Amino acid sequence: MTDDTPLKPVIDYRAIARDGLWTNNVVFGQLLALCPLLAVTGTASNGLGMGLATTVVLVTSGLSVAALRMFIPADVRIPVFVLVIATLVTIVDMAMNAWVHELHKVLGLFIPLIVTNCAILGRAEIFASKQPIGASALDGLMMGLGFTAALVVLGVVREILGAGTLFAGAALLLGNAFKVIEINIPAFDGVLLFALPPGGFVMLGFLLAGKRVLDEKLSERKERDTALATA
Amino acid sequence: MSGQSPLKLAVILTVFTTVSASFLVVADMATGSHIALRRAEDLKASLSQVIPDRLHDNDLSQNVFAMDGPDGVPAKIYQASMAGEPVAVALPVTGQGYAGAIDIIMGVDVSGTVLGVRVLAHAETPGLGDKIEAGKSDWILAFSQKSFASLVPGQWRVKKDGGVFDQFSGATITPRAVVNAVKRGLEFVHAHHDALFAKGAAHD
Repeated sequence: MTDDTPLKPVIDYRAIARDGLWTNNVVFGQLLALCPLLAVTGTASNGLGMGLATTVVLVTSGLSVAALRMFIPADVRIPVFVLVIATLVTIVDMAMNAWVHELHKVLGLFIPLIVTNCAILGRAEIFASKQPIGASALDGLMMGLGFTAALVVLGVVREILGAGTLFAGAALLLGNAFKVIEINIPAFDGVLLFALPPGGFVMLGFLLAGKRVLDEKLSERKERDTALATA
Repeated sequence: MSGQSPLKLAVILTVFTTVSASFLVVADMATGSHIALRRAEDLKASLSQVIPDRLHDNDLSQNVFAMDGPDGVPAKIYQASMAGEPVAVALPVTGQGYAGAIDIIMGVDVSGTVLGVRVLAHAETPGLGDKIEAGKSDWILAFSQKSFASLVPGQWRVKKDGGVFDQFSGATITPRAVVNAVKRGLEFVHAHHDALFAKGAAHD
């Protein structure tokens, strides 16, 4: 293994984690994968299912691309990445159809679309094709978890506002033990707008603005702390 | 870039494609039987919703025959029988909704009474048109026990059109499409009653 690539002699695992989960979050940082994001986040459970499926693909595609990176000529790297990703997505699709069939019925239409999730090809090109296997798998995992978190947060907000329920159908995904987290807000049927993609866009806008504000507050505090420390 | 010969690139791509294809073959072999099983369970579940289990003693999913259905295309008709006597059929019918086809399966007994109707697939607006799903609202249950004896054909409409079936606030096209489709299915059963309820029709 040529782990001694000149690019990064020491791998900063914490930076990879922070990047995927927050700073460079697929949705809130890179603003990628908005199509699946808006399509499946009508409910929190669907968001969680889609997020986990995408995470599996991100981790395995990171692993495969990093493992094969010496054999992939630069000229044809994009077709090879697409091929690897499409193969993995098809396998995930078949596995879900066989073993989590109820969820597959809900998400079925969107699973093949993971192929077109530009975030996955993006990570293969930017990260996995230049980094060792372990770091690439971690990057895939963190990017996937960040994406999952974004899907769940948006799903929670949209489901509460749009349908008046929370985690409806979670038992399909997690097993009957999780029936208890399925909440139905009494006497509130939701505002239709938030169940539809335009409402998803509106909500995404609010969440993005919220992250900006939070980031600003955090950097302000950091500045104040360093100022105090040097004073 | 590195400028490798096109031939070499083609060979590399071929190798990658072949390896990917073999992975897919393995995955298909591992999941195929499970998927077929799940599909059969789905079919059984939706059939038992439109023809109650207590009415028949045969395996519906095995007693199937094809004929030109209500939509003018060959359709799979499931025949339910009790002690060898045909008692009901389940047939598919398609409605044209607000956002494309609405796939419906309906059960009708030998007297021409609707036993149950379920929507199998649709693309209607979430929150408005999707109330046709049994999981979202009781609306679809209104068809049960209805027949041309209990409702004259003119009453097989949504209330807005002078019929007896509710429309949804904000969505009339979807319920109208379902009511029309079910009515068409029932007309089909009346028109082809002998063929549908023929003994042994499903034994091919």
